[in-house]
Amino acid sequence: MKRESIVPAACAAVTYTVLCHPHHHTVFIVLTDGPGNKDDITRSKNEGKELSKEEKQRLRKQKKQQKKQKERKNEKSETEKEKTPVSLLPPPRPVATQKAPSALPAPASAPIPVPASAPFHSSPAPSPADKPAKSKAELKAERRARQETDRAAKQPGSSSSGIKTKVPLSELNPVVKRLPEHVQVDDPAVVKRLAKKLERQQIPLRSDYGYKVSLFSHLHQYSRKAPLTQQLSIPSTVIHPSIVRLGLQYSQGIVAGSNARSVALLHAFKQVIRDYTTPPNEELSRDLVNKLKPYISFLNQCRPLSASMGNAIKYIKKEISNIPSQCKEEEAKTKLLTCIDRYIEEKIVLAAKAISKYAIEKISDGDVILVYGCSSLVNNILCEAFEKSRKFRVIVVDSRPRLEGREALRRLVQRGISCTYVLISALSYILPEVSKVFLGAHALLANGYVMSRVGTSQIALVARTFNVPVLVCCETYKFCEKVQTDSFVSNELDDPDDLMVTRKGKTQLENWQDVSSLGLLNLVYDVTPPDFVDLVITDLGMIPCTSVPVVLRVKNLDQ
Amino acid sequence: MPGADKEADLTERIEAFLADLKRGGCGTGPIRGSGETARETTALLRKVTAQARWSSAGDLMEIIRKEGRRMTAAQPSETTVGNMVLRVLKIIREEYARSRGSSEETDQQESLHKLQHFVHLKANVIEAINELLTELDGTTDNIAMQALEHIHSNEVIMTVGRSRTVEAFLKDAARKRKFHVIVAECAPFCQGHEMATNLSKASIETTVIADAAIFAVMSRVNKVIIGTQTVLANGGLRAVNGTHTVALAARHHSTPLIVCAPMFKLSPQFPNEEDTFHKFVSPHEVLPFTEGEILSKVNVHCPVFDYVPPELITLFISNIGGNAPSYIYRLMSELYHPEDHDL
Repeated sequence: MKRESIVPAACAAVTYTVLCHPHHHTVFIVLTDGPGNKDDITRSKNEGKELSKEEKQRLRKQKKQQKKQKERKNEKSETEKEKTPVSLLPPPRPVATQKAPSALPAPASAPIPVPASAPFHSSPAPSPADKPAKSKAELKAERRARQETDRAAKQPGSSSSGIKTKVPLSELNPVVKRLPEHVQVDDPAVVKRLAKKLERQQIPLRSDYGYKVSLFSHLHQYSRKAPLTQQLSIPSTVIHPSIVRLGLQYSQGIVAGSNARSVALLHAFKQVIRDYTTPPNEELSRDLVNKLKPYISFLNQCRPLSASMGNAIKYIKKEISNIPSQCKEEEAKTKLLTCIDRYIEEKIVLAAKAISKYAIEKISDGDVILVYGCSSLVNNILCEAFEKSRKFRVIVVDSRPRLEGREALRRLVQRGISCTYVLISALSYILPEVSKVFLGAHALLANGYVMSRVGTSQIALVARTFNVPVLVCCETYKFCEKVQTDSFVSNELDDPDDLMVTRKGKTQLENWQDVSSLGLLNLVYDVTPPDFVDLVITDLGMIPCTSVPVVLRVKNLDQ
Repeated sequence: MPGADKEADLTERIEAFLADLKRGGCGTGPIRGSGETARETTALLRKVTAQARWSSAGDLMEIIRKEGRRMTAAQPSETTVGNMVLRVLKIIREEYARSRGSSEETDQQESLHKLQHFVHLKANVIEAINELLTELDGTTDNIAMQALEHIHSNEVIMTVGRSRTVEAFLKDAARKRKFHVIVAECAPFCQGHEMATNLSKASIETTVIADAAIFAVMSRVNKVIIGTQTVLANGGLRAVNGTHTVALAARHHSTPLIVCAPMFKLSPQFPNEEDTFHKFVSPHEVLPFTEGEILSKVNVHCPVFDYVPPELITLFISNIGGNAPSYIYRLMSELYHPEDHDL
């Protein structure tokens, strides 16, 4: 049986619960909010209102205290047991009772730590009844040290909070980033939390489809025939129509490809900003970011965000939160629109020009160049090289079920480049003719692995066997800080029905759902180890695969 | 005249067989498996031995060679036909040597053309061909019987396309062990789909993946078990396209590559990079005519076979047991006579 006591703090915001385990003599401290405040917060959440400033601050304080107290709980001395009998605490309404002053460990009575980054307008005074075991000064110093580490750890993590879910009772070391929800589908707690979050944001939850291969039970698998937009009401009040359209384009595969998706996203956000008006008593810098959160969740539900989209969103959020509060709305909006335009211009258009410039040096007359699938960047490079009258021919390798290579083939043939077309199973036949391989990338990971369309790693492997150089072309805005060693942990599962094919009027896998031991796997991405890649061409120059973390560091310092 | 009728019957049957061969190997996968081709060839050769007019072993061999050349010309990629012809030629030589009671190789060549022990030779040859036919009937079962020695429980096995031998192999192991099979679909013919449906009907956990995902999933695979169209004289394979990629991926992850191939697929040919190695089918399979204008401006290739070098192969499982690729040359010398290698 646990014995508890609740210490009434002098401040109205927080009360402390002290729990004592009878056998282990460890004391647990649980911080709970004051009675009245919890009601307000839950009420406004249920009504879908934005939480007021005070309520948000209280929530933040709460979370911070809970985290800190959990870190400290093992430090509690064993002698400090709580002897006074108390009643069990019902969660929303804590009952305040008196407690013996000497038993309470000192940190519990200490005032709520005030991190400098978040402005608090009420700082609670220390509880007078409690006598600290250590001296107050020592405790203060301890606390301050912990604040510093928390603040330092929070800085890089806070900007990515929009993409990753908040886990308020998490005990994770702040340096470790929280796992994104979309790779934790097999954890029912995470799924429930996501469902609650989406409910709060009034976005429908997309359900998984079909039998999932056991190796991938931690990922989502959606059907293209059941787009998320079918569950939305028309007209949708919560989500901006251009975002709804964008989500549908993503989920149906109409807009595909890393650059295309990012550019479409930024244009949609421009529309959102144009139509945005600041509600009264709100600041544009805070409110707009909060408005964007449900949109991002919705797009995530339609199709998991790519690394480039993630970086673009981070940039926008940073720009928005940097808008000074005295800026007028019209001014702020034009400023944001120009920022977005500049981002697209710099990171995508000009980067492509720079990469073409470097890449053209690598293309010589008489080359036979192999490309895989449809990468807008690689197509751009080849077209520019052709314009600069380099003599080469191209072999386009394609794979089922997406068959994106046909699009690349059309674009190249239109320019007049002589092309050959094969499927990926004919790779060993065609590679002896090839002199260079140019590949596009979806993202470049911090450990040097290249994340790209599934099949890229195979091409790099076979090219290495035939001693053909492999060049990857990638803009720097696609570099991400994730690390991955295999294609299983973080991937995307496409609609499994795409693998079905009708040949001679017969579809072999037609009733695959009825057969319990048959599964179809349609992967979207795979990772290529850096030893298969000879060179990465970026807008900063030509670097080896292993220099990606250097570029990331340089970028972070610039920002 | 009855003799003429029988002869006409025989020629008719041979013509029908040739026409079938020409049609059957049109690249949509053999309409008949190579086992059936081998059996039909051997049955035909038995008929030829029984009905054709020959007076000495040399004559018989000449006749068989002639028919053999016609048959291989109909479908050069179907090597089992040529292999069976070579087997029958070897049988004739053996029977002749046995009936003569001498083991001297030197004067065998001259004496083959002499009329000796004619009646017994014919009967012996036909009996030996019958034995060959029984052996052919039992190859798949013999290979499948060895399955339990190679597959343990909870394994993940990868296979490519469709092979009747591998299907029987896995089904036999599934009777006693539980394991998971990943089938690469092998575009553009997608024979992997049929294989997967058949395996899943035998309650084996099967997953179908696209060709592009072979390297991505290879890290979780314990064994790769494939079939092949031909086993070449150096121990390499001529297998369905995509097999070389699987072999390279398996070597990268140090996964053993096991080839289930019955002995009649062993061919005395060596791999060559000339056009005779590759067989191409209509590029319509790869880029259909619905694509429109660009078809006239691009080259499209649709090769059917892949060469897999012997260093990538771990083990051959055949109806006479398991062998390393380095042993193939020895098996070949037992099956075929060196002088017959060029038909």
